[in-house]
Amino acid sequence: MADPIHQFEIVNLVPLAKIGSTELHLTNSALFMIVAVAITGVLMLGTTAGRQLVPGRLQSMAEVTYEFVADMIRSTAGEQGMRFFPLVFSLFTFILFANLIGIVPYTFTVTSHIVVTASLALLVFLTVIVYGLYSHGLGFFRLFVPHGIPGYILPFVVLIEIVSFLSRPISHSVRLFANMLAGHITLKVFASFVAGLGTLGAVGWAGASLPLIMVVAITALEILVAFLQAYVFTLLTCIYLNDALHPGH
Amino acid sequence: MAQPTQATTEHAPASGHGGGFPPFKAETYGSQLIWLGLCFVVLYVMVAKLALPRMASILADRRARIDGDLAEAVRLKGEADAAVATYEKALADARNRAHTIASETRERLARESEAHRKSVEADLARQLTEAEKTIAAGKTAAMTNVRGIAVDAAGAIVAQLVGKAPSQAAAAAAVDHVLKR
Repeated sequence: MADPIHQFEIVNLVPLAKIGSTELHLTNSALFMIVAVAITGVLMLGTTAGRQLVPGRLQSMAEVTYEFVADMIRSTAGEQGMRFFPLVFSLFTFILFANLIGIVPYTFTVTSHIVVTASLALLVFLTVIVYGLYSHGLGFFRLFVPHGIPGYILPFVVLIEIVSFLSRPISHSVRLFANMLAGHITLKVFASFVAGLGTLGAVGWAGASLPLIMVVAITALEILVAFLQAYVFTLLTCIYLNDALHPGH
Repeated sequence: MAQPTQATTEHAPASGHGGGFPPFKAETYGSQLIWLGLCFVVLYVMVAKLALPRMASILADRRARIDGDLAEAVRLKGEADAAVATYEKALADARNRAHTIASETRERLARESEAHRKSVEADLARQLTEAEKTIAAGKTAAMTNVRGIAVDAAGAIVAQLVGKAPSQAAAAAAVDHVLKR
């Protein structure tokens, strides 16, 4: 049976530079990060180059993406949240296209590596802390003190709030990482069942049809998951940024 | 099916990497972080400096165009309403004027025909009185003639019967006496 973990292996493709003893290669991960950025560029710049008053299909896609992210920010963080629009939009498109490209066979899923998702989650986490302290000073720490809590349990509540705040980047990053990892392992396992049973002749072919159907169904599910996880990551980003904007609530 | 051989060849480099779970291999983190940093900065700059401002301006232009068109439509509708109001007012004025002219004409004609009728009636009445006068005169004249003839006839009848003519005055008195009866 094919190793379902092999697909997550980082492979050096092209050696680029040598800094001291470490070499910088164009890896498969790097290639598909660049592809994700390029697709975003084509979607947002290539299709809007005409600046049509009445949008065509492709420009509509770009506009729908724009409005989708803008509405998400407005509904969770209010109009002030729009100052983080470029960050949120970059996160959404990067994760969405990284996830979607990963479903294509023989590609690499950038977001199936914890170091990538953790970096993005930490970027959000640090943005929240830095902006929160910058705009509210020490008032930012009101975030940990909810209103209307009796004095005698307040220390516990504050402790819980701090722990939950600090664990945010973990849940934020692991959710995306684990979803992409698990989905791709499942796909690979079912796909290897198809190949394995296919070698057993006519009976095997009949038996292989079942996992084949499963692979098709799971691929459809993975497309949903790819979109959903990008949405969830972005939505949580907006909710966390709302804390930096309005820590009093 | 070449899958089993491919599977073994696939497995070989995996173990060649020293096994382990790829996402937890710390030696790959450096390169991934460098590439992620590069890509994300490029993406962020592209999105923040080019894509979003362009998209915002496209949407703002469209919003402005739609608002402008709506305002223009409202203005034109106002003009059309004003034109309709003017037209209806003109129509009402014309109708009123027509009404006034019609009633004035009717009254004038009625007055004229009344005057005409009165003058004709007066004329007729005058002619009637004149005719009556003529008739009365004629009648009086006729009566006078009848009396003269009667007196003569009475005188002649009495002369025939009695053989002697009565006096003119006696015959006249007798005729008057009969005529009065």
